[in-house]
Amino acid sequence: MKFTFNNDTKKGWRLLSIPFIFSLLLLAAPLTMMFLLSFWTQDYLTLDKTFTFKNYIEAATQPVYKLLFTRSLIISLTATFFTVLLAFPMAYFISFHGGERKALWLFLITIPFWTSYLIRMFLWKVILGYNGVLNSFLIWLEMITEPLTFLLYNANAVVLALTHGWAPFAILPIFVSLEKIDRSLLEASTDLGDSAIDQFFRIILPLSAPGVIGAALIIFIPTVGDYITPKLVGGTDGLMIANMIQVQFSKANNAPLAAALSVSSLMIVSFISIVFVLFNRKYLRRY
Amino acid sequence: MSKSSKYLKIFAFTYLIFLYAPTLLLPIFSFNKSQIIAFPLTGFSFQWFEALLYQDALHDALKNSLIVAISSSILATILGTLASRATTRYDFKGKQASLTFILAPLILPEIIVGVSLLIVLIQLGITLNVWSVILGHTLLLAPFSIIIMNSAFNNLDLSLEEASMDLGENQFGTFYRVILPLVLPGIIASLLIGFTLSLDEFIIAFFLTGTDTTLPVYIWAQFRFPKKLPATMALGTILLIVSLMLLSLSEYFRRRSRMLEDSIPNKN
Repeated sequence: MKFTFNNDTKKGWRLLSIPFIFSLLLLAAPLTMMFLLSFWTQDYLTLDKTFTFKNYIEAATQPVYKLLFTRSLIISLTATFFTVLLAFPMAYFISFHGGERKALWLFLITIPFWTSYLIRMFLWKVILGYNGVLNSFLIWLEMITEPLTFLLYNANAVVLALTHGWAPFAILPIFVSLEKIDRSLLEASTDLGDSAIDQFFRIILPLSAPGVIGAALIIFIPTVGDYITPKLVGGTDGLMIANMIQVQFSKANNAPLAAALSVSSLMIVSFISIVFVLFNRKYLRRY
Repeated sequence: MSKSSKYLKIFAFTYLIFLYAPTLLLPIFSFNKSQIIAFPLTGFSFQWFEALLYQDALHDALKNSLIVAISSSILATILGTLASRATTRYDFKGKQASLTFILAPLILPEIIVGVSLLIVLIQLGITLNVWSVILGHTLLLAPFSIIIMNSAFNNLDLSLEEASMDLGENQFGTFYRVILPLVLPGIIASLLIGFTLSLDEFIIAFFLTGTDTTLPVYIWAQFRFPKKLPATMALGTILLIVSLMLLSLSEYFRRRSRMLEDSIPNKN
């Protein structure tokens, strides 16, 4: 061949260096800076650069942070679970019963998600509010006489809005993995006497696992750090760690603590994701 | 079996209604006469769209958003094209690791990207303005561009490039006359998707915007005023339509890019 390995390396890096350096400057450097900052302290506006674990100790011991971390994880895990649970049959339906119209179904699913995330989450507030769409609709139908108050401003509302908002991120990867399943395997299993349920648990579910695992991670990782949804529909009982990070950063003027909270949540999320992947690695190995 | 597939179909349609319900409220209530967003509807009106014409702050925000969306989608497409070309064409050490690193913003919580960028800008004493948002958005959009450009470059036949070189074109000429026309639809798709995503992005803009408010940051501020709700719904409707138009356009170009490459007979 014309190109030796070294030549490839040189040409490849010549092209890749610009985007790589850009990401180094705008992603790696800021993350490193945030990491450093988390070991410093701030008194109003003066930054004390003495190395200390004070922020991490505060993040680990103060009940409010523990509460927010736990709540963020519970909300995010619940939302991930329900999103995947609802997305699976949808993806299955499109892949196995979509026929000629698979592309149309996928298109139909993505349309509502091209409104901005901000507006979609806000619409949940409009729907669930005291004088909102759902309450006024139910009163109009005379199904209730007083507006329901348990709908908005709690953790459930956040879970509901997230389950809606992240749906395509679950449907699409699961659909892709279902599409990859060799249909002759299903015929073989039917011929060998498997019932439809056996077939589902012994062939379809294990083979679609990479899509399910991917979907779970794609939703879990960003939603733990979601700021918009808890702020709009969470009320005080539904606030999450991102809201605290923002408060510490701006109003409380404690950037080092905000950095420590960010680093901590990043570590917790990475840890859970890695454990989750390791736990399911037997399903991922054959790909 | 057929019974279970019937239930599945019912589920699919119910789920689809759930997915559409919130978004459908946008057009319904932006044409509704009443200032309160609730049923029953009170009548048809264009007044909320008209109200948008007289909000100067909105027009400034729109201008900023357009500057940000155009600049960051162009920058991200340049970075994405370079990265994608490097990784689809050449095989080299550290390729996968560096690509994963560049793609990381796809999955990192946005608040972490936003906060860390803000920390650096503050430490460096840089004033926040439209440029800080452009840089943040470029970082965020580059991975999307890489994914789109990958599918454009992956379908590219290596022999076309070799033929062009054999026929005496230099590397630049080959790129300009052979590769670029073939991946151009991919580039346009990347620009359109980037533009749409940037126009809708809130968190990074919220942290890095300074006084140059972008459209989503403006909308966020409007949420506090119940009186302005219907007008905000009207704005949302317009944004939805614009996004859908841009997206259909980008889908058209993406398909064209595939067709263009398929139309060239493959020797193998």
